[in-house]
Amino acid sequence: MSEVIVITSGKGGVGKTTTTANLGVGLAIRGKKVALIDTDTGLRNLDLLLGLERRIVYTLVDVVQKRVGYGQALVRHKKYTDLFLLPTSQVADKTAIDPQEMLTIVQAMRNEFDYILIDCPAGIEQGFQTAVIGADWAIVVTMPEIAAVRDADKIIGKLQSENKNIKLVVNRIRPQMVKDGTMLDMTSIDDILSVDCIGQIPDDEKVVDSANRGIPVVEWKNSAAGSAYRDVVSRVLGEDVPFKPFETEGFFTRLKHVFGH
Amino acid sequence: MLEALKKIFGGSSAKSSDLAHQRLKFVLLNDRTNISPEIMENIKNDIIQVISKYMEINQNAMEVSLENDSDSVALVASIPVSSVKQKNRRR
Repeated sequence: MSEVIVITSGKGGVGKTTTTANLGVGLAIRGKKVALIDTDTGLRNLDLLLGLERRIVYTLVDVVQKRVGYGQALVRHKKYTDLFLLPTSQVADKTAIDPQEMLTIVQAMRNEFDYILIDCPAGIEQGFQTAVIGADWAIVVTMPEIAAVRDADKIIGKLQSENKNIKLVVNRIRPQMVKDGTMLDMTSIDDILSVDCIGQIPDDEKVVDSANRGIPVVEWKNSAAGSAYRDVVSRVLGEDVPFKPFETEGFFTRLKHVFGH
Repeated sequence: MLEALKKIFGGSSAKSSDLAHQRLKFVLLNDRTNISPEIMENIKNDIIQVISKYMEINQNAMEVSLENDSDSVALVASIPVSSVKQKNRRR
């Protein structure tokens, strides 16, 4: 049984690609055979987050144009040999792949993988349609910010009209701000979006560090975001994992920030 | 003085997270229904025309808006009636 999941958001910069990379590596660590498809043609980045940018020979556009089969375009991960990336072209634009062509490729790939994760571009134009068409269900990534939540709502409406099941991942939560009442909390986001949440990812500097290295935080033992992503992986695998309370800054840490740091 | 103290201790009169929540609720109500302010104004004018056939209404105090109840959206109109027109009264 394979599952095809699209990771989408509407707004750019909320962590679609980061979530795709972490979920992909996390599922591979758990022994699944996984393919990640980057559909952000012209602005691809999934290759960078996985450390695979120098191994790309062919792309999704080559597959669509029937120059190669998808198997030739797949890039195998160095460390997790059951993890593959199907990169997209950095020179073509979103019109290079139409939704029907994408559907054909996804259906051809299905039998070979346990999970296919599709990284969707920002926006609601053709790129979105192309990314979504072959998916069984969708993960909507948002942030506790007013603009990101509004755009998530728009995307949720679009996905619902296509009868896709939807799960939510809330990224870059800053627990101290939530505690202080200067950032939307999960209760408010839940009240507004009414979508089942499978991830609450704290803001974590290590995500930037991990992107620098091309090693997703999900495999970092000492990362709060990595730990939260491991829980997302478990929930995608159908396990019932409770949400852990966030660590907020204690009195002394705050004092340290005031003096000296 | 109180305001100054509040500023020093980082408090403010309203939590911005609550403000964001309220603003989102309002903006999404309009986003979801896809009804422009112009259409709302047209609905309001049409309601005035229809009701005015039977009653005199206070147009300035009239309010027409969309409100949501958990998962459904309702068009709520508050129309203050000044008087019922004579010919429509039951004799």
